[in-house]
Order: sequence, then C-alpha cells, then structure tokens
Amino acid sequence: MGPLSVQGWMDSFDSFEDTLRRLREAFKAGQTRPVEFRVAQLQGLGHFLGANKQLLQDALAEDLGKSPFESDISEIILCQNEVDLAIKSLQTWMKDEPVATNLLTKLSSAFIRKEPFGLVIIIAPWNYPLNLMIMPLVGAIAAGNCVLLKPSEISKNTEKVCCHPALQSCFAVVLGGPEETGQLLEHKFDYIFFTGSPRVGKIVMAAAAKHLTPITLELGGKNPCYVDDSCDPQTVANRVAWFRYFNAGQTCVAPDYILCSQEMQERLLPALQSAILRFYGDDPKTSPNLGRIINQKHFKRLQGLLGCGRVAIGGQSEESERYIAPTVLVDVQETDPVMQEEIFGPILPLLTVKNLEEAIDFINRREKPLALYAFSNNRVNQVLDCTSSGGFGGNDGFLYLTLSAMPLGGIGNSGMGRYHGKFSFDTFSHHRACLLRSPGMERLNDLRYPPYSPWSQQLISWAIGSQSCTLL
Amino acid sequence: MERQVQRLRQAFRSGRSRPLRFRQQQLEGLCRMVQEREKDIVEALAADLSKSALNAYSHEIISILGEIDFMLRNLSDLASAKPAKKNLLTMMDEVYVQPEPLGVVLIIGAWNYPFVLTMQPLVGAIAAGNAVIVKPSELSENTAKLLAKLLPQYVDQDLYAVINGGVEETTELLKQRFDHILYTGNTAVGKIVMEAAAKHLTPVTLELGGKSPCYIDKDCDLDVACRRITWGKYMNCGQTCIAPDYVLCEASLQDQIVQKIKETVKDFYGENIKASPDYERIINLRHFKRIHSLLEGQKIAFGGETDEATCYIEEIFGPILPIVPVKNVDEAINFINDREKPLALYVFSRNNKLIKRMIDETSSGGVTGNDVIMHFTVNSLPFGGVGSSGMGAYHGKYSFDTFSHQRPCLLKSLKGESVNKLRYPPNSQSKVSWAKFFLLKQFKKEKLQLLLLMFVGVVTAVVVKVNQSSVVVTKAKWPRKPKLLQEFADFWSKSLKL
Repeated sequence: MGPLSVQGWMDSFDSFEDTLRRLREAFKAGQTRPVEFRVAQLQGLGHFLGANKQLLQDALAEDLGKSPFESDISEIILCQNEVDLAIKSLQTWMKDEPVATNLLTKLSSAFIRKEPFGLVIIIAPWNYPLNLMIMPLVGAIAAGNCVLLKPSEISKNTEKVCCHPALQSCFAVVLGGPEETGQLLEHKFDYIFFTGSPRVGKIVMAAAAKHLTPITLELGGKNPCYVDDSCDPQTVANRVAWFRYFNAGQTCVAPDYILCSQEMQERLLPALQSAILRFYGDDPKTSPNLGRIINQKHFKRLQGLLGCGRVAIGGQSEESERYIAPTVLVDVQETDPVMQEEIFGPILPLLTVKNLEEAIDFINRREKPLALYAFSNNRVNQVLDCTSSGGFGGNDGFLYLTLSAMPLGGIGNSGMGRYHGKFSFDTFSHHRACLLRSPGMERLNDLRYPPYSPWSQQLISWAIGSQSCTLL
Repeated sequence: MERQVQRLRQAFRSGRSRPLRFRQQQLEGLCRMVQEREKDIVEALAADLSKSALNAYSHEIISILGEIDFMLRNLSDLASAKPAKKNLLTMMDEVYVQPEPLGVVLIIGAWNYPFVLTMQPLVGAIAAGNAVIVKPSELSENTAKLLAKLLPQYVDQDLYAVINGGVEETTELLKQRFDHILYTGNTAVGKIVMEAAAKHLTPVTLELGGKSPCYIDKDCDLDVACRRITWGKYMNCGQTCIAPDYVLCEASLQDQIVQKIKETVKDFYGENIKASPDYERIINLRHFKRIHSLLEGQKIAFGGETDEATCYIEEIFGPILPIVPVKNVDEAINFINDREKPLALYVFSRNNKLIKRMIDETSSGGVTGNDVIMHFTVNSLPFGGVGSSGMGAYHGKYSFDTFSHQRPCLLKSLKGESVNKLRYPPNSQSKVSWAKFFLLKQFKKEKLQLLLLMFVGVVTAVVVKVNQSSVVVTKAKWPRKPKLLQEFADFWSKSLKL
C-alpha cells in the first residue's frame, strides 16, 4: 500500500471520498491481512514513537502543559508497550481458536476465525491525544483492518504530529471539527471507535445505526471516590490527589468527587493540603509537574465551577496561562453545577455522607461511571458488590489501566465495548464461527432427515445435548 | 409500559437476581416449563407454522434444553472472577475481571423459530443475573400468547416479564431505557432498534439476515451435498435465517444438482409434498404472497427452484432455491463479495484447500463446510452476524458474556505507601526508568526469585550497616515486623534518591 496522503478538510470533500475509496480497495485487495504487513505497520508505528519522543513531548507540552514525566508514563511508554505486545502476540492472537464439539459434530473441525471488519474509523479526543489514538490504532491494525484516523482538532499540536510523513504509510488521517466529523460519519464504516463525551457518543451511535456499523464508545461520567473512616488520611490524600490532578484533572477515569463522613473530611483536608504542597510546591503555578487546561472554553467552564460550595484548598486561576490551581471544594450540594457534569479539571469536591449505605445509594442514583474508587481497610468488597462501573479501583486510582491484561471500557452512560492489549484485537475482529464437516459419514446424518420416526427424536436430543462422549 | 420496565428495574436493584443459587433456580424453572409443557409448546408451533412435533422438538426445544443444561453446568465458572496478569507495581494487589449483570435486558424475538429465538437469549440473560423483558413476535401469535401465559408460572414474575404487541407497542417499548437489547429480525428493523438504543446509549446485539450463499464445487460428493442442502433449505419451509439462500456452481453441474435435489425432496416429503406431516407452511398470507410473486416469470426447474435475477432482491425466506451458474470459484467469490456480508456461508468440496480459500477470501457471520446450518448447533461457537447481517453474538458462553459487564478490578492495600513515592511529583528522569520497570514488566514467578535475591542482598546490607554503627543487637529484640519493613522501604527509597 502506497502512502496515503493527508487530507485537509478545507481542500475538498471529493479528495476525502478518494481516500475512503482507496482504503476500501486496499482492504478488498487483501493488503492489510498478511501478518507480515501488520507487523511492518506496527513496527513503523513503534519506530515513530521511539524516534520522535522529543517531538511528541513538545506537542503534548504545548497542548496541555504536560511534563515529560506525565507524557512518558501516560502516553508514550504505554503506546510503545502496546505496540510491542501486539507485535509479540500477533501470531497467537490471529490463530484460529478451536472449540469443543457436540456428539453430532464430533468428527468435524470447529473453530473461531478472527477476521478484520474492513474500514475502521478511530475518533480520538484531546486529553490524552496520543494514547487515545495510538492504543486503538494498534488494535485495529493488528486485527488487519484499514484505518482512518480522526485526531481531535482541539489538541492542535498533537494533531499536527499525526500528519508526520513517517506515519502516513500506516493509515490515513482526516482533520476537521464537529461539523466535518458529522459529515464523515454519514459514510459507511465497518467499525467505529469513539472516545469522547456521552452527548457526542449518542450522535455517533445514531449515525452508526444508519449503516448497522458496530461500535465501541469510550465515554465518561462522574467517577465517585468513597473514603471510609478506617483509612489513614495521608495515604488516601496522596493517592487521590495524584490521580485527580494528573494532567490537570483532564482524565476520564480520574476520581471526580469524594464521598466521606464529616469526620473524615476534617482529617482529609489537611492531608490533601499536605499532598498538594509536596507534589506541586508552595506556588503550583510554577511547578513543572502541573498541567494546563486545554483551551479557553474549558478554562472558563472550570472557572465557573469554582464558585460552587466553598473553596477549602486552592481556587486560584490565571486566564492567560489557562491555569487552575489544584482545588478542593467543600459544602457542595448534589444540585450544584459541579455535581451535574464530569468536572474534567483539577477541582475535587468533597461531599459528606452519614455512612457507607448512604454513599452506595448516592452512587447508584446516578449514571454508571467509567471508574469507581473505594478506600477502606475492610469494606472495599462491599462497595464493589453493591455498585456498577466500567472499572474499579480499591484503595488506589486508575492504576489498573497500566495492565494490558485488564480491559478499559464503560457501561451504561459511560460507554460500551472495551480495549487494551488482546481486548483491542478482539474488539476490531469479527469472530467468525466455522464448522468444517466431512463429506463422508452421511449415514449418520440420516437421523435428521425426514420422514421422521419417534425414536429419532430421542437419538437427536441425546446427540446434540452431550458435549463430550466417553465412548468416542 | 414505562411502569413495567420500572418495576423490573426496582426488582433488579434489590439484588435478588444476582446470587448464583437464584439464577440456578430460575433456569431450573425454565427447564421444568419446557419439559412439563412440551405438548402446549408443540401445539403452538404447529398452529403458527404447521410445524410437526418432531421438527418442533429438534429445531427448537432441544436447543433450549441444551442451553439451559450448559448454563447450569457452567454457571459458577462463567460468573467467577478471572484473575489477570500483573506487573511488578501491582504484584501484591488483587487484580481480576469480575463478570456482572447489566440490569434490565430486552429480548425481541422473531416469528420463524418463535420459541428458541426468544428463549435461548432469555436463558443467557437470566444466567448472567439480569432482569428480562421478552417481546415475542406478534406474527407467531400462538407462541407469543403461550409464552405470556407460561413464563410467570415458572419463573420470578417481578424480574422476568413477557410483553406482547405489534409495531406500536414495540415502538413504545423501544423508547424505554434498557441496559442491553437483543433483536432477531430483519435489517430494516435492526436499524430502527439500534437508533432507538442510541438515545440511551444502550448496547445492542442484532441477529439479522441476508442471503447466505452456498457454493458447490465440481470436486464434491454431489449426492451428499444435495441431500444436506435440501434438508437445510426446506426445513421450516425455507424460513430460516441461516438457510442456504442460493446456490453457486459451475454451469455443468446445474442439471445434476436439480435432479438430485428433486430426488431428495421426494425422499423427504413423498410424492405429495403438501400431505407430508414434516413440511411446514409459510407464516402468513403476506409472506406467502411475497414469495409467490418471486416465482412470477421465473424459469422454474423443479417445484420452487429458479435461477433468475429478481430472486436476489431480498432474502428469500421461503422454499425457493435459486441456482446461479458461475464459471469458477473466483467468480463465485467475487459474486459473494459484491454483496452484503451474509449471516452464513456454505461450501461443498472434497478439496480442503478450496474450502479454506473460500473462508479466507470472504466474510460472513458463520461458516459450515460440507453441510448447512450445523454451526448453529455447536454452542461453543458464537452465533452472530457481521456487517448488515448483524453485530454481536450469543449461544452458550457468548450469551453469558453478551449479557454481562466484565468489570476490571484492582484492589490494593492501604499500606505500603512508600512504594508509591515513585510516582508522586516532583518528578525526575530517573523516576521514568523505574516507572518503566515496574509498570511494564509483567510479574512472573521467575522474577520473584530475582526479587528475593535482591531483598536478601539489601537485608544483608542493612545488617552490615547496623553492625557497623556498633548497636548491640544480639540481646535486644528485633523491632516489630511492620517497623522493619518501614525502615527497609525508607532505606530503599533513599537509595533510589527519590
């Protein structure tokens, strides 16, 4: 497959149609299916990540004020790891998966064939612009699909990096805003992978319905964080603060708000203050480890939320830098704006509840979140059993995301489908059930042909029902 | 209708449907229902589709019993948490994926196999711990009414309900919010279902249809092939979503195929097919007229067989088998690929390479080689479509998974905070290397030995250090374990200069 050129939306609608057609032709010709091709693509991707680390770190710093440390551990290294895992495991993943047969089909070969869907579109968001684009991309390529990437126009610098010539041979990239994306989705794709807000998720799914396109939606929600009285406040504060203020709070799986008793709140506040001081120093604005808000629109939105309840820690903001201090709010009501939408910023409201039951009730009254956290010495399992969420972290934050053996996905309003590691490969593959029978042994089949006799009923039920046979 | 859904949701929220014992009891209830009321079920199917008792049993009832049996035997395994591979940073933590019920599930059945296509998904949904609303097809009236009557007698009425009705009621039902919808039916309505689901971000499984091609190679046992195709095609009067819809073969084979199918039909149904108790009927007049019109102006070779173009406008869903002559297997593959991806693909050949090639170069929901339909009966195979033949799959384990949320869980202890210092700011480049080591290396038992060695080395160093500072240790008590560990951790952190 020759390099597919970058299509700027302002160029022309027609040239995009060309890209789509060329991708489909490439897929139909079977170019993306051989394992060698897939591995070559993945290796290309890996080289790109390795050779352009500085470029990537700079772009992420420009877009989100991300420190090199954050860029490395939450984006670049994870992507490299995903590429390496895919290259290493591809042969195994691609293998036909044999399955058990019943007595009637004992002499046949039954297996599941993993096949690419065809033309896949990946729509990426701006908060982890590299990770949330490359991770699904790896899965889609590994599964043998042709891929069209639509990076977020909001993280402009990372978007530019996607147009790097070295990447162009792997897949096609299309640029544009919400309107163009809407037009794009009017076309038929064989799979749509979308990461973003629930509101846009509904629009994407409705568009997919028109073509009966299967989808994975990685959405968001307000991720509750329950803290029990039995905990050591400093340990909790350290862990929660780190996961909350990472990437200036712009993480879909960050703890969104805390539920704890009044008593615990009083112990947590100084502990949080201490953690913030330790992490970001006296003046967090000067800390190289605190990110910035992506753009003015979100900055203004977050600034508005600072008026909810009472600011217990932080609360400062600086428009020119799109800086918001690591903030903790107290005296927050359920009806306040800060509790109506996913915060997606360095603001942590503390809500008080009387006990665990009230906390669980509170959580279950709301939409199912993408992640749920519970801090306790002995009651973590209770929270786990009585609630539902995409993923769950006991006594810590979203560390489970670093494990490629764990899927990342939502439920209900926080999404559908999942990916990471082998789950990505499976997501982007059609699992085709195959049964190969022998043309011989036709006598055995006489059982099923009309005209029927009473005893054939018994024989059939025995044959289809049993999974194993000690006689054979 | 909203109230009914709400009622089920309350029942689900109470947590009653979750304990495994409860699910087993409900499944056993279903099993009793099928066994005790077999006669009623068979009568309903006879009334709807003129299905003979034997066909009703082997096409529908048997699959349900098999599915219930599978769930009962494997429930604790399916519902158990599956541990996942850890990295070094999480090696002391509990890491697993826990299957959980979704909530309230909607199952919309079809009329062609009205019993199995509502009940089989129901079995999976119950096994996964959900509350379920079943909406059988109104076209198979008798089965629909029977299900509404029987289900409440054998399973929990607050968690499982049957709602009957036509297009209007179904539209109203689809406005409600569900946690999963499984729909079996046609492509056009499939789109409507998915669109309605999009409003609530409800995941869907769509079991649709399409024209399932059947390629007959010149190198095959034609007798056997025709026999098997005849069986699969005319069962249920052709009203099977995975029936071989049309045949592709080389022109030279066409006449032989027609002859053999003719003979087989006579074997199966006798001279007077209409009088055969094993031959079903078309579901209703509308479909009868539709199929009849497909025959108009066609070149009929035998009974309902034809090979003209107009038969390909839609899925036939009737006892009409078009034969399309092609030059060779390449042309057959192109013919298939020019069309929408079908629910099933069939290929008859003695040549395994050719079969393999057909599979490799086409796509479909499922495949059966040298036979038809049979992949449906293997419940370790997922049953589902691709492209316009559907999305998602079910049967056996796949049913359970479809109706579950696989929730990743990582449970840490509140202790051992020192190790976390690695990740907290202020950051340094050396931290990145350590982060890489801990995050990305997967935890293997061999590495444990290495770590133990390291541990021993460090302890030795501590002991040596302690001795050097001339503290008399021999008679003094060692500090309590937690304190020692704390000291060790502090020492280690310091040595990493974090």
